[in-house]
Amino acid sequence: MIRFENVSKLYPGGHEALSDISFEIRHGELLVLAGHSGAGKSTLIKLIAALEKPTAGKVWVSGQDVGALRQNQIPYLRRSLGLVMQEHRLLNDRTVFDNVMLPLLVTGYPPRDAAKRVRVALEKVGLSEYENSMPQTLSGGEQQRVAIARAIVNKPSVLIADEPTAHLDPAYAREIAALFRSFHAAGVTILLSTHDETLFSPYGARRIELAKGRLQA
Amino acid sequence: MSAAFVPHRMAFVRALRRLLGKPLGTFLSALVVGIALTLPALGYMLIDNLGSLANGMTGKPEISVFLNRNVDQAGISAFENRLRTDKRVSALRFVSRDAALKELAARGAFADVTGALPENPLPDAFVLEPVGSDPAVFESLRVSLTAMPEVMHVQLDSVWVERLHAVVELGQRTALMLAGLLGTVLIIVTFNTIRLQILTQRHEISVSLLMGATRGFVRRPFLYFGFLQGMLGGILAWGLVEILILVIAPHVQTLARTYNIVVDLHGPNAWQSVSLILFASILGWVGAALSVRRHLHDGMVD
Repeated sequence: MIRFENVSKLYPGGHEALSDISFEIRHGELLVLAGHSGAGKSTLIKLIAALEKPTAGKVWVSGQDVGALRQNQIPYLRRSLGLVMQEHRLLNDRTVFDNVMLPLLVTGYPPRDAAKRVRVALEKVGLSEYENSMPQTLSGGEQQRVAIARAIVNKPSVLIADEPTAHLDPAYAREIAALFRSFHAAGVTILLSTHDETLFSPYGARRIELAKGRLQA
Repeated sequence: MSAAFVPHRMAFVRALRRLLGKPLGTFLSALVVGIALTLPALGYMLIDNLGSLANGMTGKPEISVFLNRNVDQAGISAFENRLRTDKRVSALRFVSRDAALKELAARGAFADVTGALPENPLPDAFVLEPVGSDPAVFESLRVSLTAMPEVMHVQLDSVWVERLHAVVELGQRTALMLAGLLGTVLIIVTFNTIRLQILTQRHEISVSLLMGATRGFVRRPFLYFGFLQGMLGGILAWGLVEILILVIAPHVQTLARTYNIVVDLHGPNAWQSVSLILFASILGWVGAALSVRRHLHDGMVD
C-alpha cells in the first residue's frame, strides 16, 4: 500500500530529517509511528502526501512513485489519502458541516450525495448534533474529531494522521485513539504518528520508531 | 448543464459572492478601473466624432481655376470646352466673377467691403472635380492647367481635408496609446486586488490544496473575479463616457456654430460599447492570471 525505499530527506541548510528509511504498510494494517518530536515523523508523513519530495530513495503509494508525480497528478494522490495534520487546520469562518464538506467540494462531488456523506462522517465521529456549530465553539477534542470526519468523508483507503492526539487531555486522547481503532476494525489502512504510543498499545498495533531521522530496530 | 461546466459555474458563483460580499471595496476598485478607462475612451469618442466630420467632407479635392481678367466670354467658352473634353475631369462648374462677388457679399462681414469697392476685383473661375482619387492625377491636372494661357492661378482645395484626416489619425493613435497605458493601470489594479485576496484566503487555499484541490480549482474563482471586476470597471467607464458626452455636447455645438459647422456629437455605438466592456473584462482576467501565477504556488500547502 505504502512503501519507503531507502528514503532520505535533506533540507536546504544541511539538516537531515530522514536518513535511509525503508518500511512498508500493508493493506488493512494499523501502523504506529513512534518517536520524540523532531525525530522526523512529520517529514515522513509529508513525503507520503507529496508535500515534500525525498532527496534520495522512493516513496510508493498504491504503486505510484510519489516523488516522480507531475504537479497536476498530485491532487489525485491527496484525494486517495485521508489526511489529519498536526494542527487540525479547520476553517474558522465556516460551520462544522461546511468544513467536512470541503474535500467533496474540491473534488466536484454532486452536492446532494455530498450532504449525505458529510452526515455519515459526522455521525462516525459522534458530532452529528454539531453540524451547524462554528469550529471555535468546540473543545480541542471535538475540533480534532471534525478534522477526522473531514479526512474520512472521501472514504479514503488509507488514513494518515500526524499526532492526532497532541494537545489533547488524556480522556479526549483515548477517545480519538478508540475512533481510529474502530476505523481500523472497519478495514481502513491507518498510519499514525504519536509520541504517546501507550495510547495504541492495547490495540496490538505494529509500531516503528524514529530517532533522529533513523528507523530503530 | 454539462458536467464539465459545473466547476466553472461553481467558481463563477464563488467569485460573484466575493464581489458582492464587499460592495464598497468592489465599487472603489471598479471605479479606479472605470476612471482609468474613461480618459482614452472619451478621447477616442471625440476623435471618432471629428473623424465622421472629416468623412462628411468629400475626400476628393476640388480644383479651383481662376482665369486672367483679360479673358473674354468667347475665351471662357473655349476654355470650358477644352476642360469638358479632358478625361481627367469628372465635373465642372463655372463661377462668374459677379456670382462670386454676390456670394462674398452674402457672407455678413464682407457686405460693407464689397459695397465700398469701385469695381469687382474678383476673377471668373471654374471649380472642377478630378476623376478618381489618385493624387498623381490631381497633380498632373494642376500642372497642365497652370500651363494654359487663360489661367491666372490654380488652387487644389484638398489640402485642408488631408490635414484634417491626418489630425484625426494622429488623435486616434494617441487615444490608442493612452488606452494601452491606462490598460496597464487596470492590470496592475486587478493584480493587486487578487494578491490581497490570495493573502487573506491563504489558509483556505492551503487546506483546499491539502484536500486534493487542483490548481485550476483554486485559480478559477480569482480569474472570474478579475474578469467580473474588469467588466464592472468597463461598464462604469462606458457610463462615464456617455454622461461626459451629454454634458459637453451643448458646448461643442455652440463652438461649432461659430464656425458654421453642424456637429451632432454622438456617444459610443453598440459595437464600441461592447468592445470597451470586453476590453476591460479581458484586461481584468489578464491581471488576475498574472497575480495568481505570481502568488499562488504549491508551497502554500504548509
